[in-house]
Amino acid sequence: MSQYQVKPGPEAFLPPSAASMGIVLPDPGECHIEGRIAPEEEGYEYAARKLLGAKVPTLFPGPLVLWKWNEKAAKKAAAIRALSEAIPARLIPMADYRPKYPKIDPEAEINPNHPNLTIWHNKIDVCIFIGVHCHQANLALKIIRGGTDCFTMAMCAQAGHEDACLSFRDIGVESIMKLMDAVNKLKKEGVKSQAVPFKQISMNRKGRVD
Amino acid sequence: MSKEKITLCEDLADIMPPEYHELVATATYGKEDRGWKDIGNSKELIEQHSLCAGCPESIAFRYILASLPNPEDTVFVGSTGCTSLVFPHVAVQNIHSLFGNQNAIASGLKRTLKCRFPDVEKDVVVLAGDGATVDIGLDMTMQSWFRQEKFTTICFDNELYANTGGQESGLMQKGFVAKMAPAGKTFDKVRLPEIAREAGCHYVALLTVSKPNRVERAIRNAVYIARELGPTYVQLYTPCILEIGKQSMEGLDEMKDAESIGGRFVMKEYMTDEAKKMIEDREAEEKAKRKAAKGKKPVSA
Repeated sequence: MSQYQVKPGPEAFLPPSAASMGIVLPDPGECHIEGRIAPEEEGYEYAARKLLGAKVPTLFPGPLVLWKWNEKAAKKAAAIRALSEAIPARLIPMADYRPKYPKIDPEAEINPNHPNLTIWHNKIDVCIFIGVHCHQANLALKIIRGGTDCFTMAMCAQAGHEDACLSFRDIGVESIMKLMDAVNKLKKEGVKSQAVPFKQISMNRKGRVD
Repeated sequence: MSKEKITLCEDLADIMPPEYHELVATATYGKEDRGWKDIGNSKELIEQHSLCAGCPESIAFRYILASLPNPEDTVFVGSTGCTSLVFPHVAVQNIHSLFGNQNAIASGLKRTLKCRFPDVEKDVVVLAGDGATVDIGLDMTMQSWFRQEKFTTICFDNELYANTGGQESGLMQKGFVAKMAPAGKTFDKVRLPEIAREAGCHYVALLTVSKPNRVERAIRNAVYIARELGPTYVQLYTPCILEIGKQSMEGLDEMKDAESIGGRFVMKEYMTDEAKKMIEDREAEEKAKRKAAKGKKPVSA
């Protein structure tokens, strides 16, 4: 039997969990690329190519980096902002995990209970989850792979995610900077971002700021 | 979550939707004098809910969440039932337990929080329906009271199993005919407030949620007494309007009828002498604080 690959979907309405198909989590210093265990450095370059080659690359920061739990969270947030500017990529927050029927604005927000709405609305083809609690990330990754053709990546501070098409583990500020360096290196080598022009959505208490 | 952590990372703050900016700016986290009067003026800890239109439980949720003295350091333990549908919408830490297991979970949680955060007052509040509290979970409920566990138990009493179609529960009144109990109930409503008192609860209250100030007082008393002395119990009448054949707008009238003289839910309150003294001292202290604050206000010409 050939090895199962964690490819972009649509896999099925109820995709099998990658773990049940034999995909294992990477060890420290490694990542997995579509289910294949690879050195972390290879993963950074692969991720950078995916991000630069995407029409709508998007970063989905979660509560662990959106809220200022501590100084480390603030540093991660700054690194994520720098990464989004380097690619350039949209920043769409997964602000919390409460279901938001029917009020969610899929252009500006993603929710783990129906992440496909945001992917479909914005036509996102490559995304990274970062700072999302593992359980909710697993839920969102499975729904996305079930119903969309988006290439998903997980930058996980714990052990990684089988259900992402590419998953890093044990990430910190340095890991985000390493990914940014990989993006910048490819750009220097002549790889151009294929992202369609966009304007980052900015909001305050009253709503969107133009 | 503590008060100082309710801030956004500056670098990503501008991508956050307006409701989170509002939460940081106007939520009542950390305000000692928070209460039901904040509803409508301040950011609430519950906005949408997944209950039926006009459900008195949704009113109860709003009043309880507005009344918690310390929401940032409070953990709810819920159980199966209509209440469990609401917890995903609540901006307070919460745990869902197995059906009926809520007071056992809360016992362990309270003890663990005491060890983990010895210098912080962490409140644990059980919030479950009458099926979980009185029928399936009565053992766990009463054992936690016998053990004098220091947390509050709130029971939403709608007098039947509402979200499974109207089966008979221990808190259903005698003779009541429900959709799934066509023969009518043959024995009396379980007198849990009295049982709670005898089982060692230091504060027991039975009331409806028609009057927010009463709910606030009962919840605050229950939480404060549970912190210092031991278990407390609050039973709130939250009728299931669908199962008793009422319209959406009739929930409030049903509660008012039930608490009128001779009704099943005329407000009852019991507290031990120790608890009474504690509450009186606290009220005197608060009164003195308010008086001092009033005295400090500049007098305009």
